Amino acid sequence: MSATAVPGAGAGAGAGPPAGAGAGVGAGAGAGSRTGAGSAGRGTRTPSARGGSAHTGRWTASGMLLPFGVFYVVFLLGPLVYTAVAGFFNGSLVKGGLGDWVGTANYAQALGSDEFWSSLGHTLWFTVLTTVPLILVALALALMTDRFSRGKWFFRLAFFAPFMLPSSVISLLFMWIYADEIGLAQGVAKALGADAPPSWLGDPDWAMISIAAATVWWTVGFNFVIYLAALQEIPREVHEAAAIDGAGPWQRLRLVVVPMLGRATTLVAVLQLVASLKVFDQIYMMTGGGPDDATRPSLLYVYQTGFTDGRAGYASTVALLLFVIILLISLVWFALIRHTEKEA
Amino acid sequence: MAALTPAPAATARSTADSAPRRSPRTDSERLFNRVTLGTLLALALLWLAPLAWAVATSVRPPGELATDPTAWFSAHSTLANYREVLAAGRIPYWYVNSFVTSALTTLLTVCTASLAAFALSRLRFRHRRPVFLLILAGVMIPPQLLMVPHFLTLQVAGMLNTYWAVVLPQVPNVVAVFVFKQFFDGIPVELTDAARADGASWLRIYGQIVMPLSRPAVSAVTIFVFVWSWNNFLWPLLAVTDPQMMTLPVGLTSVQDAFGLPQAQLMASAVLGALPLLTVFLFFQRRIVEGIVGTGLK
Repeated sequence: MSATAVPGAGAGAGAGPPAGAGAGVGAGAGAGSRTGAGSAGRGTRTPSARGGSAHTGRWTASGMLLPFGVFYVVFLLGPLVYTAVAGFFNGSLVKGGLGDWVGTANYAQALGSDEFWSSLGHTLWFTVLTTVPLILVALALALMTDRFSRGKWFFRLAFFAPFMLPSSVISLLFMWIYADEIGLAQGVAKALGADAPPSWLGDPDWAMISIAAATVWWTVGFNFVIYLAALQEIPREVHEAAAIDGAGPWQRLRLVVVPMLGRATTLVAVLQLVASLKVFDQIYMMTGGGPDDATRPSLLYVYQTGFTDGRAGYASTVALLLFVIILLISLVWFALIRHTEKEA
Repeated sequence: MAALTPAPAATARSTADSAPRRSPRTDSERLFNRVTLGTLLALALLWLAPLAWAVATSVRPPGELATDPTAWFSAHSTLANYREVLAAGRIPYWYVNSFVTSALTTLLTVCTASLAAFALSRLRFRHRRPVFLLILAGVMIPPQLLMVPHFLTLQVAGMLNTYWAVVLPQVPNVVAVFVFKQFFDGIPVELTDAARADGASWLRIYGQIVMPLSRPAVSAVTIFVFVWSWNNFLWPLLAVTDPQMMTLPVGLTSVQDAFGLPQAQLMASAVLGALPLLTVFLFFQRRIVEGIVGTGLK
């Protein structure tokens, strides 16, 4: 399991029955020898294939990389380059093409506009509101679930199932729960003693908090299963040794278990930050960025300037600025992957 | 991120799994366990409550909803809301569209990513390391930020409002390449060397030896790409404006916009929207969790 990038990933490796993996390799050996037997009849080809291997190797490699490479260039690298370039032009979505060169005018406008900064502020506010509880709640749920050997499947089902649902289902559901007067959330708040519960999605002070709460409910299962898998990697002996040394459950948790979850926490935190900074779906559907743009995140600002206003150039500028911010954070993730790659 | 290794390295863990983890020693530990279990059950119910609430609302007759909106149970439960939504709406089309686009995305991703990963793992060619790093660096490009160039590209290609518009931009998946390469690296070199010595072409080694051995990686990538593509929202929202061609998640927003649709019918639509993946999840819970955790994409 040296190749495990994520402690949790052990679930992937550990999940497949070890015997099965062994059998798989065994069967592979069989397949290999069968191939060998099959091509033995055409042994004449071997020398030429070997003789030119340096040359043909390069062409084979290019051919095998080509299909992925085309998609990579056309839909990932190329569009990024376009975004960087188009930010210096006043291109329009309707007319197409790059438009006219405007230098750094778009950047000046974006960095000088309240809309850019307020939407960035909303994105960061949402990120804070979601990342912290999504890590702490997931950790708490996983620590509790890990204490029980039976019934894990039920908790995994309960906490992970929402993560499988499309964002529009989540939005329909929570718009009903958060509805004014007739919604469940106001009903519960009244039952708990609030005289006039706020309009959860209609009050600018509450809208983002309500959306963040729905998001925590929706996605905590992902972090939960990563933590749960990481916890299962901790050998039993560690718990037993600590218990023999007289550590109570709380001490074992704080001094032994949590420190061993460092890698899982880094992974969860980085994935969560990047995901939260790209928030769009549930806000687009639940509030449309309102009330009074109080919940409009950066990605929705890109969407509106690009597709509502049709300003492809300006939208590219905003997208690139957002990209730089996300890049700084995903560099950490990249470093993690590279680190794993070297170990492997 | 990948954690799939073909090596049979998990023996220690699986025994720890099957044995009861820790038997409570003292009364205080037993009490601690009971409190924990109680808390956990309460939280699990809290997590299931919104889904139960949606189902409860969806089977209530519309008239009753107006008189007592926050009641959980109705004496007159009915499936009429589902019938209305299915008859009036386009949900059956959206099911098909979502399935076709997700399946195509998955197929193209698995084929292109595994082929590239095979070249990076097994072939020796110049600039192999830089090429690999360039591909890996793509993990830092959030596709959501590329909506403007994606839209312009597919507009020029005349493909908007087709399945291809939804599928193509989702195909380059760096994490899939990474997962495949990690797995391929763990397959013994002797296997491929022996086949090579016997004169098998690299393409044949890929198709007949390496891929059949890599079923765990293929299933993990298939699961996470399919689920991610099925739930993708922002790009399909832009790529398709014809209601008949929409994917399920995008289509459901138009249900929400349809003014005056009764809440019970909205919830029936939401339940129908949740149903496909939730059903699949109930049957393949373990594999899906492994596939998604093992690949770590979000």
